[in-house]
Formats: sequence, structure tokens, C-alpha cells
Amino acid sequence: MQINKIKKDMTEILSNVFDGATIMVGGFGEAGSPIELLHGLIDKGTKDLTIIANNSGNGRVGLGALIGQRQVKKVICSFARSAKGVTFPELYNKGEIELEVVPQGTLAERIRAAGSGIPGFYTATGVGTPLAEGKEEKIFNGKKYILEEALKADFAFVKAETADRYGNLTYNKTARNFNPIMCMAADTSLVQVKNILEPNEINPEHVITPGIFVQSLINIENPIIETNAIEEGMTYP
Amino acid sequence: MININTNDLIKGWDRNTIASKIANDLPHSSYVNLGIGMPELVSQYIKEDREIIYHSENGLLGMGPSPNENEIDLDLINAGKKPVSILPGGSFCHHADSFSMIRGGHIDYCVLGAMEISVTGDLANWSTGKGIPAVGGAMDLVAGAKNVFVMTQHLTKDGKPKLVQKCTLPLTGAAVVSRIYSDYAVLDITDTGFKVIQLNEDITIEYLQSVTDGNIYQ
Repeated sequence: MQINKIKKDMTEILSNVFDGATIMVGGFGEAGSPIELLHGLIDKGTKDLTIIANNSGNGRVGLGALIGQRQVKKVICSFARSAKGVTFPELYNKGEIELEVVPQGTLAERIRAAGSGIPGFYTATGVGTPLAEGKEEKIFNGKKYILEEALKADFAFVKAETADRYGNLTYNKTARNFNPIMCMAADTSLVQVKNILEPNEINPEHVITPGIFVQSLINIENPIIETNAIEEGMTYP
Repeated sequence: MININTNDLIKGWDRNTIASKIANDLPHSSYVNLGIGMPELVSQYIKEDREIIYHSENGLLGMGPSPNENEIDLDLINAGKKPVSILPGGSFCHHADSFSMIRGGHIDYCVLGAMEISVTGDLANWSTGKGIPAVGGAMDLVAGAKNVFVMTQHLTKDGKPKLVQKCTLPLTGAAVVSRIYSDYAVLDITDTGFKVIQLNEDITIEYLQSVTDGNIYQ
């Protein structure tokens, strides 16, 4: 029998996602954001989610829509003040959603650390700022650093350009961003991918995420383009 | 407390002039991260005698200018989420590698804006203390880049000094700024105060001191 991580539909790929889960959502703004997987989660109605992402969604599409449906209790991100953000500010200003602000590089490194079995690390980022409050400090070679802990998740929702049935992935330009490290840091990585190729069709030298970090794939050939969707006034559901 | 009537202010260098001064100070073959907004202007003033490589923290090294309308690719954006291009010799990487370039001390210069800069080089530029807190990559950039250049107006819109004895706003980083480029002067952060490297032609050192809340010397 052959390994095949490709799922037949959204219901199957999301079948194990549970209420209260912590989910990493790839993307930087709309580039690399797994909009269809997030819409699948709206259809499924999964609640009380903690979302780890760089941003907090735009308009009422993708992450913005999931937050708007009140399925998210907490967002851990670096920048929750997007120009086109609607739903997060609405709930935040009413005190109905929690926010943990993490410097972008610390967010990436906490994710990478979790995926690499490193429970914490010291960094100069944030030293002397309000984001260092309550964190252990240590001096190395006369310079102060703070302790940051690894950030794990139950699931990673990821968007990739090309995959094979083993889960080997390539990305498109700056849509790569957080996606590869989130695949590493989550117990289960769910990937929506534009093109599925035969295993011998992806040059092993070009694989960005090796299949060991990926559990499930779904083929979304023509994903929604967030900018266009928002311009057209799209809302989901 | 210094508070200048904004009608009495001397007009300093415009933002293009400030950008060209920064551009002149970036050496050939530097790796540079330009903050979103005013610092982006710097790239327009790099002279022919040098090549600069621009880093965008969302995983792009070798960033080029905005593309033509028909060449826009929404998967190729900068840290401000605007469409950009990639130049020959450019590369993509994931976010942890991109921030290793910053945090590992590989970025030679970063240029960013400021709300306040203290005499000891503390920088506040991410939060007014109000609204939704959002930091992005600013704290990583100021902690990791080899040289941190600030590009700013010397005074706030209400005529308050941005160069201060002590920042009142939440810090982005402590003792991180190397040099300030304002509309009135170019100043280095030193152990004894703001050292004037270049003074605007229309301004005296006494005037500069009167609009700066911290020791200035030449």
C-alpha cells in the first residue's frame, strides 16, 4: 500500500479538528493564507479556538470571517491592526476576544523552536519594552536577553503551491512566510495546495517542506484571492 | 516642557532631502531593511556608484520597486503588504530564516520612523498606548540590525520635541538607535548627548537646542 496524504474533501481533512484547539494559520496578510481551510472550519462550526498567526484577518473572508463568526477566543499575533481588518477590532474593542502581542521575529522563532524540540530560547528582542514584563532575564557577555518559550499548536492550517502525495511542499514567492515553520510546530498540519504532482515531478532539491512535517493535503486549484474578494464585498458564510 | 507654536517653526529639509542624506550614508554592498512609509523613499536616492540589497522581513532578500499594474502578483509583497518585485540575485525564505537575518546581526542597516528617541538611544515607535497594540517586526529590527537609523521630523505635529531626555511612550527597544536624521539635523547618539553631525543650513545650534529636550553638542 502506498502513502497518500491527499484527502478527498474538506469534511475529511477537518474531521479531527476539535473545539478549544490551538491552530496556527499561515500567511502574511493574504499571501499564503489558507482561506478555504478556514472557511471549512466555519462550515464545521468549531469553537473556542486559539489562533496563532501573524495578523488577525481582513474583511469578512478567511481568518477575518472565522473571527467574525465568534469561533475564536484568543489570537496570538504580531500585528492585529490591519488596514482592512474589521472583525477583530469589533470584538477586541468590546473585550470579547483576547490578544497576545508577540514581536514578529520572536513569533517566528517560538514556532521554529517548537518544531525543533527546543522548549525556549533567549533573545534581545523586546528587552526593556512592555513585552518583556514578567519574562526571565539573563546576561550573556554583558548583554541582557529575555527568555521566550516555544509555541506549539494542535493544528497548522497552511497554503502551499505544489505538493505530492507524501506531503512534500513548495510555495510561491513571499506566500511562503510562516507556512513551513508552522508545519513543523503543529501536531497535525493540514495543507491546501494548488497543484498536486506525481512524486517524481518535484525536484528533491526544490522541496521546501519535507513531507514528514505534513499530515493531510487537500487540492484547492483556484483559491480565493482575498484582495479581490474584499473589493467585491464577499463575506463568508 | 518645550512646546513650540507650530506657526513659528523654521521649515527644515523636506523628506526627499532627508532620504538622500540617508542614502548617501549607506555603503556599497550593504544589506538594508527600510521601514514602511517615509524610509521607503531612501531607495530612490541611492547613487550609481553602489549596489544595496533590500531585505523585506516577510521573506524576501533582493526586493525591487513596485511593479507595473499588469505585473502585480499578490504572492509577492513587502512587509507593508504592498506588491513589490524581486531583482536578479534575489531570494525567498521562510519567516524564521528571514528574522535570523535580522536577529543574527546580518542586516547592516535598518531605517525606521520614530515617535520618540531618547538621549540614550531608546526608541518608541510602535504604540501610542491607545488602540489595538500591534508591533510587527520593529522590536526585532532595532534589537538585531547592526545600525539603526531613525528618519523623523524633529518635532511632533503639535510642536513637541521627539528627541527627549526620556521616552514617555512604550519602548520598541532600549539603547538601540545609532543615528537620527531629522528635518533639522543629523545627530549621533553618544554617551554625552545628541552629537550634531550635520545642521540644517537655516538653523542655528541654539535653535536646535531650543527644540530638543536633551543635551546637544557639536
